[in-house]
Amino acid sequence: MALDRWIALLFVAFCCVYGYAAFFTMDGLLPPFMQRNPVWPSTFPKMLAVGGALVGLIVLLGLEKPVEEKSPGATDINLARLGDYKIGQAVLLLSLMVAYALLLRPAGFLLATAGFLVAGSATLGERKFHVMIPVACLATGGVWYLVQEVLGIFLRPFPFFLGT
Amino acid sequence: MLEGILIGLEAAFSIQNLLMVIAGCLIGTFIGMLPGLGPMSIIAIMIPVAIGIGDPAAALILLAGVYYGAIFGGSTSSILLNAPGVAGTVATSFDGYPMARKGQAGKALTIAAVSSFAGGTIGAILLMIFAPALSSVALLFHSAEYFALMVVGLSAIAAFAGTGQVAKALMMTVLGLILATVGEGALFNMPRFTMGLMDLQSGISFITLAMAMFALPEALFLVLNPARGAGQGGSGKIENLRFSRAEGRAMVPVIGRQSLQGFFIGVLPGAGATIASFLGYAVERNIAKGDEQAEFGKGSVKGLAAPETANNAACTGSFVPLLTLGIPGSGTTAILLGALIALNVTPGPRLMVDTPEIFWAVIISMFIGNLVLLILNLPLIPYIAKILAIPRNYLIPFILFFTLMGAYIGQNNATELLMLVGLGVMATIFRFADYPLAPLLIGFILGTMLEDNFARSMQLYRGLGFVLERPMTLALLVLAAILVLLPSYRARRARLRAQGVADGD
Repeated sequence: MALDRWIALLFVAFCCVYGYAAFFTMDGLLPPFMQRNPVWPSTFPKMLAVGGALVGLIVLLGLEKPVEEKSPGATDINLARLGDYKIGQAVLLLSLMVAYALLLRPAGFLLATAGFLVAGSATLGERKFHVMIPVACLATGGVWYLVQEVLGIFLRPFPFFLGT
Repeated sequence: MLEGILIGLEAAFSIQNLLMVIAGCLIGTFIGMLPGLGPMSIIAIMIPVAIGIGDPAAALILLAGVYYGAIFGGSTSSILLNAPGVAGTVATSFDGYPMARKGQAGKALTIAAVSSFAGGTIGAILLMIFAPALSSVALLFHSAEYFALMVVGLSAIAAFAGTGQVAKALMMTVLGLILATVGEGALFNMPRFTMGLMDLQSGISFITLAMAMFALPEALFLVLNPARGAGQGGSGKIENLRFSRAEGRAMVPVIGRQSLQGFFIGVLPGAGATIASFLGYAVERNIAKGDEQAEFGKGSVKGLAAPETANNAACTGSFVPLLTLGIPGSGTTAILLGALIALNVTPGPRLMVDTPEIFWAVIISMFIGNLVLLILNLPLIPYIAKILAIPRNYLIPFILFFTLMGAYIGQNNATELLMLVGLGVMATIFRFADYPLAPLLIGFILGTMLEDNFARSMQLYRGLGFVLERPMTLALLVLAAILVLLPSYRARRARLRAQGVADGD
């Protein structure tokens, strides 16, 4: 089964769970005075759950015939060429993003950001650290100054043990 | 209207707003030139900055400037590298790149800039004429009509997704609507689908979703497939920005036709700059004669001017439904709508009445934006184009960092970053499976309004009676159904006809 139909199958399952929550759980929690209203908080989600499941089934069962595929170009996104793609690098970068999210508060903005930029470029194969580290530090400092001082949005610059 | 124009002139010509237009156009051009980063990603990245400004007029002017700049920047990378940053500028590369290969990169850029300027300016004039008229009609609409109108908008966006893609686009729209129901709505004052998580209490942030749908997958694709953003084949030095008088004369009728055609295509929800530019190119090629037609695809002036004029006119046209009905016709205008809502401005027919300074300042700033692109950006292009030389090892971490920052600044919450990564991976898988993502974002942004208007109509008419009692609502809902079913019907008929031919009937 092609990836788009797997996604449709997951979507139909998701709509069923969503619909279950809308039809059963939510209505059970509704206070009595709201039950007289013509529209409940679950009304719209119920419609979406039914509509979503129907549309998902159309994709899943292939009721809408696809047009003839044109061959994708070298720069197009093509699942068939997944093996040629640099999946390892992409997964590493995503892991770095997750690490950044988790470390942003405890490590402080400056350390976390400079670390992310240097580690990110190293992941992509950059080995000129004498260029990358100063560039990352300058950019981090610049962005911190812009966000904190110009836009007035608080970003803790240093790690938690150095205070705010 | 004259009074409105004067208010707009006063607001748009304030020092702050002039700086916004200039900054927006420059930033847009700068980033829009990077292959793979379209206007949607750039505007999503710029939203926290725009919201930080606080003044809705200035914010919208900045974002609109970024929008034009990005389209212009996209044309530049199409012409110089044959690597369109945006789908709307793909047609530009058909004749722009061959021209650059012939050593006429400077001329090609000037033609693109002049056509964009003309398309954008004529589009803005048409917007000034049509927007107030449509606004006054829209003032007669009630919640029921608004609900139906939004359904029409969403259906049209799905219908324009292309043959064989309508169900997928509808699926994405429904997913967007479902995501919009997460959190505590204003109407019911109770949390829904938060799974007990405090972080979901206020719903999913639209900036996070916009970043996850557009900026993050594009950056990941640049990592996955380095050929996608490869800057090889740069056309060397850019010099001699002039075109001849004869070429100018050839461009005039093309610009005239394509400004009108592009604008009206842009007004339609879901059509937008991409369809306008391809259609513009096709129409001009078909009506060209003999030698001129043969020149198309090999560096024709008309072939370059047509898509450039049409896509800019369509960009302006797409502001008509946004400013008058509060319904975005494209992913980009959907992001602009989200930004406006974040700034406590609700676009729609009341916008012109309640806050004319915003409405008119945006329209006037369109003229200024186009002028800035022509006067300021064009001479700077040889220097701005140097950004194309930044190695990807540096570029990609920075794109990812700005994506993370955009999501973080909006909410000041690190959980938002984890959501961004999760949604971004989901969006990347959707892209691999050829699902369109713009309907998801438009569904998400319209979701709350759609439900509010639906609930209000239900309460007013004590049930679904509003569909039958208000003929306009019924007509709009029927139109929505036709829009969704028509592509399938036509595809089926075409298939049957083809089978018939094959069988010898």
